[in-house]
Amino acid sequence: MLPMFDEMRGTDRTRDHYLAYERWLGAQAEGLMQARREEAELIFRRVGITFAVYGDKDSGEGTERLIPFDLIPRVIPAHEWREMEAGLRQRVTALNRFIHDVYHDQEILKAGIVPADQVLKNAQFRPEMMGVNVPGDIYSAIAGIDIVRAANPDGSGSYYVLEDNMRVPSGVSYMLENRKMMMRLFPELFSRQRIAPVAHYPDLLLETLRSLAPQGLASEPTVVVLTPGMYNSAYFEHAFLAQQMGVELVEGKDLFVKDGFVYMRTTRGANRVDVIYRRLDDDFLDPSVFRSDSQLGCAGLVDAYKAGHVTLANAVGTGIADDKSIYPYVPDMIQFYLGEKPILNNVPTWQCRRKVDLAHVLDNLKDLVVKEVHGAGGYGMLVGPAATKAEIEAFRQVLISRPDNYIAQPTLSLSTCPTYVEAGIAPRHIDLRPFVLSGTQGVQMVPGGLTRVALKEGSLVVNSSQGGGTKDTWVLEV
Amino acid sequence: MLSRTADHLFWQSRYMERAENTARILDVNYQASLLPQTPEVAEAGWRSVLSIFELLPAYTAKHGEIEAERVQEFIVSDENNPSSIVSSLRSARENARAVRGALTTEVWEATNQTWLEFRRHLKDGTLVRDPAALFEWVKLRAHLARGVTLGTMLQDEALDFLRIGSYLERADNTARMLDVKFHAVKGEPREETVLPRDPAAEFYHWSSVLRSVSAFEVYRKVYSSVIVPEKVAELLILREGMPRSLAHCMGRVHHSLKRVANAQSGETLRQVGKLKAELDYGKINEILATGLHAYLIQFLERVGDLGADISRDFLIPS
Repeated sequence: MLPMFDEMRGTDRTRDHYLAYERWLGAQAEGLMQARREEAELIFRRVGITFAVYGDKDSGEGTERLIPFDLIPRVIPAHEWREMEAGLRQRVTALNRFIHDVYHDQEILKAGIVPADQVLKNAQFRPEMMGVNVPGDIYSAIAGIDIVRAANPDGSGSYYVLEDNMRVPSGVSYMLENRKMMMRLFPELFSRQRIAPVAHYPDLLLETLRSLAPQGLASEPTVVVLTPGMYNSAYFEHAFLAQQMGVELVEGKDLFVKDGFVYMRTTRGANRVDVIYRRLDDDFLDPSVFRSDSQLGCAGLVDAYKAGHVTLANAVGTGIADDKSIYPYVPDMIQFYLGEKPILNNVPTWQCRRKVDLAHVLDNLKDLVVKEVHGAGGYGMLVGPAATKAEIEAFRQVLISRPDNYIAQPTLSLSTCPTYVEAGIAPRHIDLRPFVLSGTQGVQMVPGGLTRVALKEGSLVVNSSQGGGTKDTWVLEV
Repeated sequence: MLSRTADHLFWQSRYMERAENTARILDVNYQASLLPQTPEVAEAGWRSVLSIFELLPAYTAKHGEIEAERVQEFIVSDENNPSSIVSSLRSARENARAVRGALTTEVWEATNQTWLEFRRHLKDGTLVRDPAALFEWVKLRAHLARGVTLGTMLQDEALDFLRIGSYLERADNTARMLDVKFHAVKGEPREETVLPRDPAAEFYHWSSVLRSVSAFEVYRKVYSSVIVPEKVAELLILREGMPRSLAHCMGRVHHSLKRVANAQSGETLRQVGKLKAELDYGKINEILATGLHAYLIQFLERVGDLGADISRDFLIPS
């Protein structure tokens, strides 16, 4: 039996930071929460806070799903957040230093801390970026760091970074909409407790993006959000962020490059673009450099970028820092670049590319989580304890044939949080994705992040594409 | 503003306007069908509704005989009919969704909710149970969309493109409706139409034309006289203050187009200005003397050209 850690209930009593909420919940009339749930769903649908499911291109209600929203907040006490924030700041700073290093002097490879092969032969390594300077040496201006709390055998819990998302992390719009929804449904809760606000995130994001504009512009920088279009699963978020920042939401076909500069087509002619918050993978950015079949990007964009005429946020090539085969080295990076002891824990990780690690993994498949090195969205992974014998054996064959493609970690006993399910309130596993903004003015973030919850009993997969839901995340100010 | 954004805004409001006008025309025809009338007259009514939207061939190909319920279903809820209300509302919503960042939250939510609720109405069978209630609902949602647009949108380019779209579509729809309804009386070439045979029938015919554009009371107020076709035409073509008249629509298109003018839109603005001037200084006798049908057909062509010109100048520049 794995140890358990519930965010709300300790072994014998409710944790201090949940006492106020529990008192309030106990005083609510029967049926109120159900009514509020229905109200929330109605509002989410009307507002169109939906995500499209990949593979479905037909428009209409069927393919635009709501991400289930749970009414019980995830509460983080002030002191825990303070430490987490310091850890995030440290980690993201080191990761940005790492990316800069990889594309310049490669000190960390020369020092033998990260194996050179692992970087230089990695599909996420972009040789095009060698020697290219980016404003403020900031590569990942918007990072999403996935954090879980795991139960220790003594019943306490520890935070771990599960993965770093340095390319195009999504979900921040849900963080903002969840808070708006909670304030609308339960205003009294917010007057009872001091809950750190998050609504200024778009301001911080705009400030960050503007700080990264090319040097020496004659006028205020023009910032745009680049989306793959309305059929992308995160389209709502792209439109939402553009609107909240008051900038244009562009598609690749709205842009063109002329004489090394990027312009957008407007009703009054061409308009120069200085900073592009792109929500598009590297591969699709520029058909003349990357995938030539991409209809989503803009030809010539990468040349304009390399010439320093336009800023891309995030930069090209950040995938090298969030690749799961690089993840095990992040604590060493922090030591190497900052000379500091890592504040946030890494999950112990076996790299199947190493013979001895692979042997251990193969012997313990039923207890481990095995992940694809480049995978995302909870696809292509094996959760040993939840898998059938046949699934494990099938995965074993895949693993033996392509060990380089996988890493493995112990199955963490993710913490749970009380959640509304069919039968009432029950504990469900959760994680947390804080969004970390790095600009020339420093590293900033709003307290908390997006809490995702695995709605299926016992499930550890929180991804929205696999039936996960979300919760509002409260960081208490006292 | 992005050209693509302007394009979506233009079409969003066009489709919303089209949905509304379609509901208006269906509504008056449905109301008329409740009056005692011969099967021939009833059929002629539904036939003329199909003619207004140029849907007669498509309908006949699919359903054959004219049948009230089938016609309504074809024009309201047939997803394969690109001119149906359901298709128009879907397109309005899809265009809005593509540029929701350029709209206020209220405008987007109103558009999205209209779409979601309309689908619910179709599922609930409101069309079969109470068609008038459904048509009324579509009109109300259009009023709401217009109100929330004017009440919340910044008065900038985005609003201008929304308005250009609505007024161009409205001018087109009013002109089509007039053309078909005048044909019905004059019995000009279209053989599918049937002459109203007596003064009472004539009254109901012209009052339904007026009601379809909410102009029945307006007519009485303006003319304080019995309803005669010449004055109906004058009101719906030349009366600048009548919000669904051709003169009013072209005035609004001209106004907004002037505000968004760019380096290449001079000729388009001139064309709109010319059309507007002709309406401002036109006389109904002259129009009727040259033939209303010919006049309206030419008007529709010019409005169609304007749509293409605006597209070229602003929406899809090369």
